[in-house]
Amino acid sequence: MKRFFASHRLRIETRLDNPGWLGAASSILGVVLALIVGGVVLKAAGASDPIATYQAILKEAFGTFADWKAGFSALLNHQACPKGMLCFGPLSDTLVKTSPILLTTLACIVAFRMKLWNIGADGQMFFGAWAATAVAVFILPKTTDRPVMLAAMALAGILAGALYGAIPGFLKAKLNINEIITTLMMNYIAYKWLEFFVVVGPWSIGDFESTGNFPASATWPRLTQYVKSIPAFAGLTAHPGIFLGIAAAILLAWILYRSRWGYQIRVIGENPKAARYAGINLGRNIILVMALSGALAGLAGMNEVAALRILSGRFQRGYGFTGVIVAWLARLNPIAAILVSFLFGGLLVGTKLIQPQGIASMLQGVILFVVVGTELLFRYRVRVEKVDHSILPSSGESHDS
Amino acid sequence: MTASALTELAITILFGALVSGTPLLFATIGEIVSERSGVMNLGIEGMMLIGAMSGFATWVNLSQNGHMSSVNGLVIGLFVGAVFGSLLALLHAFITITLRADQVVSGLCVTFLGTGLSSILGEHYVGLVAPKPSNLTLPVLGSVSGEQLVLILLGAVIAPLTWYYVNRTRPGLNLRSVGEYPSAADSLGINVYRIRYLYVLFGGAMSGLGGAAMSLITDPGWVDGKTSGLGWIAVGLVIFAAWDPLRGLWVAYFFGLLRRLPLDLQNPALPFISTANNPSVGRFMDMLPYIATIFILIIGSREAMRKRLGAPAALGTPYIRGERGV
Repeated sequence: MKRFFASHRLRIETRLDNPGWLGAASSILGVVLALIVGGVVLKAAGASDPIATYQAILKEAFGTFADWKAGFSALLNHQACPKGMLCFGPLSDTLVKTSPILLTTLACIVAFRMKLWNIGADGQMFFGAWAATAVAVFILPKTTDRPVMLAAMALAGILAGALYGAIPGFLKAKLNINEIITTLMMNYIAYKWLEFFVVVGPWSIGDFESTGNFPASATWPRLTQYVKSIPAFAGLTAHPGIFLGIAAAILLAWILYRSRWGYQIRVIGENPKAARYAGINLGRNIILVMALSGALAGLAGMNEVAALRILSGRFQRGYGFTGVIVAWLARLNPIAAILVSFLFGGLLVGTKLIQPQGIASMLQGVILFVVVGTELLFRYRVRVEKVDHSILPSSGESHDS
Repeated sequence: MTASALTELAITILFGALVSGTPLLFATIGEIVSERSGVMNLGIEGMMLIGAMSGFATWVNLSQNGHMSSVNGLVIGLFVGAVFGSLLALLHAFITITLRADQVVSGLCVTFLGTGLSSILGEHYVGLVAPKPSNLTLPVLGSVSGEQLVLILLGAVIAPLTWYYVNRTRPGLNLRSVGEYPSAADSLGINVYRIRYLYVLFGGAMSGLGGAAMSLITDPGWVDGKTSGLGWIAVGLVIFAAWDPLRGLWVAYFFGLLRRLPLDLQNPALPFISTANNPSVGRFMDMLPYIATIFILIIGSREAMRKRLGAPAALGTPYIRGERGV
């Protein structure tokens, strides 16, 4: 062993080709390694059987084939889901979680494409949720038509998120202030802002630390509302928000790959110097992209309040951070993001009831780490090579790898 | 309200500011040194969290079970916090220095990982009995906690020592050269990789120490997400401190004051500005440290343009031996 280390060394050299399989390979490797590391941590934290834990997560997140079969036969035979079976319940829950993840992921993707590290999708989402609530509960009358109401809420969420994202963009473009720190600080400001309004401040109703239920017109319809005509939908909370996310993903893919602006964004991200020489306005694009990023996150906020039907002090934090990881795992590809968001929605749903609580965020951290670590496979080739001692003056000197 | 009572109040508030600023100071100094060597570590938040959790867990296991006195448990807890912080930093160092991955992304990973790990491993420690600060009665200061006083002194000593080390010693010169112009340093026989590893580890240890100081001494106890963004504030302070440990000292204390402000203002004894009867305003005040961070970044950037202060030239770029570049 010792002789092996003395006569071989690790060499990292620049890769000239860039095979297409590497991206998918490193994402999959990331997930697999994360599951292994996660298992070790679970074991250390006192879980008796990590594999059983993973199986429970999977069942909780997507259901089993038996559940699906029961669900389909209930659907076809116009019956309710048989007792003791989950049918589409887990899938529906996962879809509910997928839409905010997908939208915050898209927010991260567009910013990351330009190497703008918007870590503030969480805050932008909170601000979007706040603005959408203002429209739904305090500005428009309860009797507004549902499409008008939802459109107004979406517009409010988008505008609020865009504004909240444009501020750090402006600071970055004009004063070269690190956007990571500003967006992060603005996360906390948004959390406190929301707390101020719904927990102690002007919007809180009684001691409930919330705005109270939204008027029906300001909510997404859920599948379970159609239980009279389709009995198998009983209890399913899936809502159309997922289509909003998918539409946004397709739109973003079109912008990034087919439009002139998307081309500029990608050029700036790859090589800002070249972009400047080509006459692309860096400052304006920084502000615009941050605004678009914030708008997507703000839409996620609107989507979430319309699904929850209430804005309370317990409005979930962390979607923006999950978005960072999903964006990276999807290799900044908006279409791939749809699938990865769905899987991560499953992770969030599956780990909700499982102790210890932090398992989802730990797994996310490990996945991201491995994916970033394997990033080097793209740029470099790692080789173990033999050192020819005959040409070295002495073998005592150590080498930098 | 009498003058002496006011003085007493002022001393309490200032002491509180020093106390709550010291964990921030540790993290800021660690990051300054790490960035001076050319490696940006955005994982401070994660390293502080893991330090806070591991330090607290160590203390609980050692002193609650009667293995040793509370004070010894505290010292070991701080040490363990520093060790765990540097372990996370080692991961960052490996990814960014050896594997040459993007420092920003890797730092974010460290934060995610630290947050998740501390949340999982610290689950059984949430809300457990925390170390009770011992009471000392001193002239001028009045009744203060001995541990907190020692911690403040430690911070106040480390900052100038670090300044001296970085600016006036040979190893400090090597450190700066690696951060400014690594290929020149390399050509003089300085091992760039080794030095960067060393100071990234130091930065991690300081962040872990800061976290442990929080969960053990400055506001004892462990809850999920204990540091609530303090690590990120530290990243901002590094820029405002212009990578100078002495400036870091003042800035950290100022932020300690801001962080305590919502709490201090609830004191009904305070004339005119007390928020005791107006809790919603107090909630609004919680935003202050975060808003202030953005503001000092704005001020700092203008000052940096005027005085041409700058980040270490090689900050954020991996060093690749034999390749063109700085």
